[in-house]
Amino acid sequence: MVKEIERAGIPVVHICTVVPISLTVGANRIVPAIAIPYPLGDPTLEPTEEKKLRRKLVEKALKSLQTEVDGQTVFED
Amino acid sequence: MNKIRVVHYINQFFAGIGGEEKADIPPELKEGFVGPGMALNKAFKGEAEIVATVICGDSYFNENLEKAKAEILQMIKSQKPDLFIAGPAFNAGRYGTACGAVCKIVKEELGIPVVTAMYIENPGVDIYRKDLHIVSTGNSAASMRKAVPALVKLALKLVRGEEVGIPDKEGYISRGIRKNVFLEKRGSTRAVEMMISKLKGEKFLTEYPMPNFDNVEPNPAVKDISKAKIALVTSGGIVPKDNPNHIESSSASKYGKYDIEGVNDLTKETYETAHGGYDPVYANEDSDRVLPVDVLRDMEKEGFIGKLHRYFYTTTGNGTSVDNSKKFAAEFAKELVSDGVDAVILTST
Repeated sequence: MVKEIERAGIPVVHICTVVPISLTVGANRIVPAIAIPYPLGDPTLEPTEEKKLRRKLVEKALKSLQTEVDGQTVFED
Repeated sequence: MNKIRVVHYINQFFAGIGGEEKADIPPELKEGFVGPGMALNKAFKGEAEIVATVICGDSYFNENLEKAKAEILQMIKSQKPDLFIAGPAFNAGRYGTACGAVCKIVKEELGIPVVTAMYIENPGVDIYRKDLHIVSTGNSAASMRKAVPALVKLALKLVRGEEVGIPDKEGYISRGIRKNVFLEKRGSTRAVEMMISKLKGEKFLTEYPMPNFDNVEPNPAVKDISKAKIALVTSGGIVPKDNPNHIESSSASKYGKYDIEGVNDLTKETYETAHGGYDPVYANEDSDRVLPVDVLRDMEKEGFIGKLHRYFYTTTGNGTSVDNSKKFAAEFAKELVSDGVDAVILTST
C-alpha cells in the first residue's frame, strides 16, 4: 500500500514495528514503532505519558515527511 | 552410522502453546519433537532424528531481534546438531521472518546445513531467499502434508552433501544463483527455439527471468507541514465498533473508508481492530495506539499541521495478498490525490 500511495505522487511515511518487512515492501520513509499489538502506544504507561509517547512518534513521522530522502531511509532517534 | 541430529524451530502457535495472546513468550528449548516436528521426524525414516525443538513467540522474536537471535543460537548450539530446520511458516509474516533470521545465523555461526519453508508471498522470502534454501509451500497450514516431504527431502540432500538441483526441480524458491552448465544445443539455437515457441503461442521457459524491480522513487518532502492536509491509512485493521463492512480478520478482500469528521479520540466504545494475527486487546482498548487520531487532532488544533483528512482508509494486513493490497491502495490513492491530500501516515502492526 505504501508503494501505491507513493506512486500516486503523495509522500508517505510508514510507521511500523518490523522494519525489515517495511524495507522489503519498498517504503521510502520509515519510522520504527513500539510493538506489534500497539505500534503507537504502550499500555504499561499512564494514559498521559502514553499519549506523549505517541505524540513523539507522530512528530517524528511528520519530520520525516518534511525531509528530502534519496531512497529508503529509516528515521531512528 | 549415528542418526543425523536435527534441531527444529517453531513458533508458539505450532507448539500448541497459544495464539496471539502468547506471541510474546521468550525462547525455550524442549527435548525431542513438538507439533509439526512429529511429521518431519517420521518422514526422516530413521535416518535423522529431531533431538530438540526451540519454541519462540513471534512477537517476542521480532521485537527483541538481536537478543532473541543470541538466545536461540545458544540453545541450538547446546544440542550439537548436524542439521537445522525452521517452520514451515506458510504465509505467517512474523513467523517467516523469524525462521529466516534464525536459519541465517545458524548457518553463519554453526556452519551446518539449514532449511526452512514458506509461501512465496511471505515477507521472509524476499529478505532471506538469497541466503537460504526456502522450500516453497502453500499459503496455509492446510498444505503441511505436501510441505513436509519436500522439506525433508531437501534437508537430507543438504546434510548428506549431495548436489542440489535447480529450484523448480527441488521445490525451493529461486535464490538468484546462476551456474555454468553444458547443454547439447548452443545458446543461439535455444534462443531461436524459444522465439518460435513464443510466436506460436506455445509455452516456453526463459533461462534468465528478468528480476522484478519495482521500487518507487520517494516523493519530494512536504514544504510546509502547518498548511498540509495529512491522511491516515493503516494495515492494522482499525474499524468502527462492530466492523460494519465486515473486513476479514485475515486475507482481506476489501478495505474500509471511514469518516472521522468531529472524532477527537478513538475509544473502546467506538472503534476496534478487525485484524487477526496479533493480540487485539490493546488496540480494542484504545485504537489510537494503532491509528493516532487523538494526537493528530491536537496538532491540528495547535496549527502544527494544516488539517487531518476527513477519511481514513483501513484494511487488515494479515495474510492479505500483495495483489489485493496493491489494488486497494491504487484505488484509494486516486481519491487521496483528488481530495488534495499532501502527505500520508501509514501505520502497520
